[in-house]
Amino acid sequence: MQKKSQWKIWVGGSLLAALTLALMFGGCARKPKRLAQQGGDVTEAAVATYVAPGDMDEYYLFYSGGHSGNVYVAGVPSMRHITTIPVFTPYPGVGYGFDKASKEMLSGYTWGDAHHTALSETNGDYDGRWLFINDNANNRVARIDLRDFKTKQILGPIPNVSGNHGSSFVTPNTEYVLVGSRFSIPLPRHTYAPIEQYATVYKGVVGAVAIDPKTGQMSVAWEILMPPFDYDLGDAGKGASNGWAFWTCYNSERATGKLEVTSTQKDRDYIAAVNWKNAETAVKSGKFKMLDGVKVIDPKDAPGVVYLMPCSKSPHGVDVSPDGKYIIGSGKLQSITTAFNIEKIQNAIQTKNFTGDEDGIPVLKYEAIKDAEVNVGLGPLHTQFDDQGFAYTSLFVESAVAKWKLGTWEVVDKIPVAYNIGHLTAAEGDTMHPKGKYLVALNKLSHGRHLSVGPSQPESSQLINISGDKMKLIYDAFTEPEPHYAQMILASKLKPIEVYAKEDNKDPNAIWDVKDAKVERSGNNVKIKMTAVRSSFEPNKVEVNQGDHVTIYLTNIEQTTDELHGFGLGDYNINVVIDPGETKIIDFVADKPGVFPYYCTNFCSALHQEMQGYLLVKPKGGASASLGKAGGGNAGGSR
Amino acid sequence: MSSMSAAGQPGGIEGKLNRANAFFDLPVRLRSRLLLVAAALLLIPTFLFPLYNMTLYSNQFPDGLNLYIYSYSLEGGHPPGRDDLREINTLNHYIGMRPLLESDFSEFKWLPLIVGLFFILTLRAAVVGKMSNLVDVAVMFLYFGLFSLWSFYHRLSQYGHNLDPTAAVKIPPFSPPLFGEKQLANFTVYSYPGAASFLLVGFFLLVAVAVWLSRKRAVAR
Repeated sequence: MQKKSQWKIWVGGSLLAALTLALMFGGCARKPKRLAQQGGDVTEAAVATYVAPGDMDEYYLFYSGGHSGNVYVAGVPSMRHITTIPVFTPYPGVGYGFDKASKEMLSGYTWGDAHHTALSETNGDYDGRWLFINDNANNRVARIDLRDFKTKQILGPIPNVSGNHGSSFVTPNTEYVLVGSRFSIPLPRHTYAPIEQYATVYKGVVGAVAIDPKTGQMSVAWEILMPPFDYDLGDAGKGASNGWAFWTCYNSERATGKLEVTSTQKDRDYIAAVNWKNAETAVKSGKFKMLDGVKVIDPKDAPGVVYLMPCSKSPHGVDVSPDGKYIIGSGKLQSITTAFNIEKIQNAIQTKNFTGDEDGIPVLKYEAIKDAEVNVGLGPLHTQFDDQGFAYTSLFVESAVAKWKLGTWEVVDKIPVAYNIGHLTAAEGDTMHPKGKYLVALNKLSHGRHLSVGPSQPESSQLINISGDKMKLIYDAFTEPEPHYAQMILASKLKPIEVYAKEDNKDPNAIWDVKDAKVERSGNNVKIKMTAVRSSFEPNKVEVNQGDHVTIYLTNIEQTTDELHGFGLGDYNINVVIDPGETKIIDFVADKPGVFPYYCTNFCSALHQEMQGYLLVKPKGGASASLGKAGGGNAGGSR
Repeated sequence: MSSMSAAGQPGGIEGKLNRANAFFDLPVRLRSRLLLVAAALLLIPTFLFPLYNMTLYSNQFPDGLNLYIYSYSLEGGHPPGRDDLREINTLNHYIGMRPLLESDFSEFKWLPLIVGLFFILTLRAAVVGKMSNLVDVAVMFLYFGLFSLWSFYHRLSQYGHNLDPTAAVKIPPFSPPLFGEKQLANFTVYSYPGAASFLLVGFFLLVAVAVWLSRKRAVAR
């Protein structure tokens, strides 16, 4: 533990120096050190990460894709990228965002900012059912079903939440997914108020999305009206702190303008501690107002729901230890991370050990609720845990990971990473039973670590062996923009299906025999039941009139793993991919006359090239109109 | 028996026929009757197992596509994420082979009926206790077995010989292997009798042993 005066010197001196170095020279070329030069054993690292052809990885790694809007799936320890799950962004590779169902789910948005993966939990451990992910940009939360690795629901834009960054952390039995505002605004959304009224009129919210325990269906449960701070990251309490949810915030100054300066004036900001069980009770007893269709609790009307815990300046991550006893808050502009004790927090609440309030929310006395300030290093952001009672904190400014002991608070090891680490993830490292063994550092800068690909560079993800006393760097992998968080789950916990069984396909328009393929017309609506099977579409010719509303119910009648078919329709901007046993709806207006080939885009078989057909669109005014055109063309070209 | 053979000893063809008649008139002894009941019971589980197994291996299917021929149905393997019968039919269409359809096999209609008939005939022989019934069962069963085998093989050969001339991939007509291994395009096909066939063989052996054990009249004490 450091004395106050000592860490102030740290902050004033070395932090500034390091910040300057990191920010000014961080982008300059430096010669990367190879593993051997860094003191690592190359052979040991190779053996530890080699997954022989045909062998499987031990863990799944789910990375968020940031502003790519996707989720990436890799294996650990090989770090091989296996697949991409599109969530908030159309993704023609798997036909996402082109068929009716996924188009409706995206509801017109073409991007999202996918930040924090949250694997569903039972009793505080991953259960392998769903993966939730938040959209920081458009205030949405999505649910991926890990049975088939598909996005099944996108909830939102969630009313009143603005910049849903403090999301999508789950409570220990997946009762709730957390949401929170990073950018306070006047409420409800679409209200105007001048920026000068920021401190008084603008509001933040933190809240909860309820999860149906059987279906995973998400619905907004309640929100809490908060002072206009910037709510950043969150975590749900577990074990000793079950029933609590925590969010860090910066800008407790309620400043506007150049936040880099204006929001960094106070020595401390806050962690908001919400007792979600009390919030449930408050809602049940009617202590809420409806705001834009959501039950919103004003803390002034419902004491006991939310408290503020002072935390070192501009905190980023807040992470609950596996037993739930400690809440680790990291002030990214200081060199310490603070371990708060849930018992002390509850004592301070009972004895009303408050130092003031913010808009009626009690502020707990910092000294009364903290157990330790751990001198981890510069720019601490996030903390993960292993099975031996150690915590691992990422240090952005220092480009390192610090390993320290819960309880004794001593830093026992530190490893440099390349470069500027943001989040980090250990094997099941945010659950009640972390597995240890592996840790992945999600670094923001990769420069010089890979073959040059020009100015736009990927992120770097480094695999670190944490099974011994010393952390060992064993692999460098590179990821598309931009993982913000990742989670690592034991592969054996997932049992995905690989084929949609015929008997589970409930689409009334699905057909399973090429003989049942047909085109039905009623008025201007043309309904087509189409099959895809190696190596043909049936029907392979569809004739419609210009302006017809065409709906194709396309069933892939294969029942074999990996026999996917694509349906590409050039000029109509359509590419749908159907998995074995799947039916998708392709819906469009045939507004362009002419002849348009459709073909299988997802290589399927020896006669894949031949898997094609024609959409013939008769022009308005009859075939003569097009003949006239063609005739004109011929006349011009006649010799 | 000695007194009987002493009584009628005309010799020649007639003598042989008389001896055969005497043999057919023999009563079936208790141990043979018990064996017959056991043989009849052995027919019941033939409905639980396939008569024939075919497995098709290729690089894409290292675990093999499985086809099981039961006395009453045609089944494909169902490993996770696969329907082998559908897959075999999908692949076969490239060479112009008709899809294997259960409705094409009349065997599936008459075969279970006949197995049931043998169940009844065998129990009848056990109860009536005459050697002639027993020999009927054995001979008819041998015929039935060989005919069924030929019938199935012929059926499968028909599939392999009546290939659509417009098929994308043209291959010479073929017959699937009856026993053992055969290379067909990129597939190595293994074909072996299944458990139900062994049960049927077991049935025949039990009937044969029953005949053998009653070949002589029991000596009165």
